Amino acid sequence: MSRVSLNLCLLAVLGGAGLLAIGNVAMPEGSAYHVPTYAVSLAGKYLCYAMLAVAVDLVWGFAGILSLGHAAFFALGGYAMGMYLMRQIGTRGVYGNAILPDFMVFLNYKELPWYWHGFDNPAFAIVMVLLVPGVLALVFGWLAFRSRVSGVYLSIITQALTYALLLAFFRNDMGLGGNNGLTDFKDMFGFALQADATRSGLLVATAIFLAVQLLVARYVVTSRFGKVLIAVRDTESRTRFLGYRPEAYKLFVFVLSAVMAGIGGALYVPQIGIINPGEFSPANSIESVIWVAVGGRGTLVGAVIGAVLVNFGKTIFTGALPELWLFALGAMFILVTLLLPGGILGLLSRQGRAPKITPAAEPAE
Amino acid sequence: MKQHQDTLLYLDGVNVSFDGFRALNALSLVLEKGEMRAVIGPNGAGKTTMMDVITGKTRPDSGRVVFGNSTDLTKLDEPDIAALGIGRKFQKPTVFEPHSVWDNLLLALAGDRRPRFTLWARPQSEERDRIEEILLTARLAEHRHRRAGDLSHGQKQWLEIGMLLAQEPQLLLVDEPVAGMTDSETEQTAELLREINRTRSVVVVEHDMAFVRALGVKVTVLHEGSVLSEGSIDHVSDDPRVIEVYLGR
Repeated sequence: MSRVSLNLCLLAVLGGAGLLAIGNVAMPEGSAYHVPTYAVSLAGKYLCYAMLAVAVDLVWGFAGILSLGHAAFFALGGYAMGMYLMRQIGTRGVYGNAILPDFMVFLNYKELPWYWHGFDNPAFAIVMVLLVPGVLALVFGWLAFRSRVSGVYLSIITQALTYALLLAFFRNDMGLGGNNGLTDFKDMFGFALQADATRSGLLVATAIFLAVQLLVARYVVTSRFGKVLIAVRDTESRTRFLGYRPEAYKLFVFVLSAVMAGIGGALYVPQIGIINPGEFSPANSIESVIWVAVGGRGTLVGAVIGAVLVNFGKTIFTGALPELWLFALGAMFILVTLLLPGGILGLLSRQGRAPKITPAAEPAE
Repeated sequence: MKQHQDTLLYLDGVNVSFDGFRALNALSLVLEKGEMRAVIGPNGAGKTTMMDVITGKTRPDSGRVVFGNSTDLTKLDEPDIAALGIGRKFQKPTVFEPHSVWDNLLLALAGDRRPRFTLWARPQSEERDRIEEILLTARLAEHRHRRAGDLSHGQKQWLEIGMLLAQEPQLLLVDEPVAGMTDSETEQTAELLREINRTRSVVVVEHDMAFVRALGVKVTVLHEGSVLSEGSIDHVSDDPRVIEVYLGR
């Protein structure tokens, strides 16, 4: 991965978000440079997806763990943030109950379930955003990697994990809003979510988090740890005979990736205004893998490019021909896999193949 | 049983079977410290399974594998056994293809293997010196910046042997090091192994009889999972049982 392309990507993400925010807040409506608020929120959404994509790329591109359930960590981070936002509504809900959110009043809850306690405190909510996806990834990864579950079997269990969470969160008894999820948010850290300035601020914050995430990911994959990780991806048994424990390496990167995905989800919820169990649907996780494949697996920058481009395409396409979008997505995945194994970034690099990914054919000597 | 002072590796009545097929049948073998041993035998004789048992990849059904004075290898897994000082070279050259020759050796260097160390590790000058030294021994000095995947077959074999050296093992297990090599590469490999043997014990599994003869070391002939004959190459090639199962065909 080239340092230059990652620096360019950081510049584009921060600069783009900054320009959109300025265009939205500082330019008067009617000016040619004015950016409408919906465009700001849309860009914020794309950057949150880019955070999920970078998280997927970290485990899939560098450790060879094809997680088909990564959106679960994204959604868990989102729910943790959503619970905080629900508690901020206070008496402004439809039923005006200071303690219970609307859906609990509707479902005849008498008191706040124990796991909702603490979420009125922003610091507690932020810790939960990191902790909930992280601990789930730790437990899941510890069990899976220690038993040497890998390849397609691991992909299937991650898929089962997100599906199980989908079913669990759909239940009203879960106390998290059932199939309606959490919505109707009013403000965050004291800022009104409907205000243009808050929207623009969230976009800039997302861009900064994405940039930090990219820098952390670059540090990890270029460190000696990252070299071992790539060795594990390509030749796991060899690393074992060298004295490394691949399960420890996979577990670390899996937890780190889950936490990153959770932060993405936590930034996603206030910008979208809702979190519901649909975010756990297996299709979401598969889509995030497609973004990475389209952009270029194992490149970090490719994940950002793929997430933004595919979602931009999705916005356009679902506006014009909504019923054909899934076919277009499937066709894109097949075409990229067959014709562009290195993704868009592979196409841009001179050899037309993924940097570091494609194993060289046996030398012709 | 009393262990001899100079015994490095001792296999005692090791049995391994896969789905009813007996890969190792009461295999017993003693390797002295500093010894180089060649292991030969027809396909399916149990050569690779023996290496799998020693390195912890396969757990034997019964029997003991003792390393050094009293360490029972059958209780340990691959990373633990590697940390004890047993290195293994695979039949097919197995190097980290996307990494440079230098990085391959860096990852193999003896040292802390835990993520919390490698995450913060910085290159040390002792590491650089050691890698330079190994590059010279493995005849790869001018290829240090090349991607390991782009090396020739023979160079990959040497890189893997170099990685074994970097691990600083007491015992090297080398599986068919000269398969697919040219004559001059084969010769250089024999020289390289003799050089390594000056400070370490080596077990070489090989098909190539000319190569085994060139090494000039004690030979163990395996057949159907146990030792058929043992001694100098001339001794085993005159053994009528060996001629019948292996050489005479």
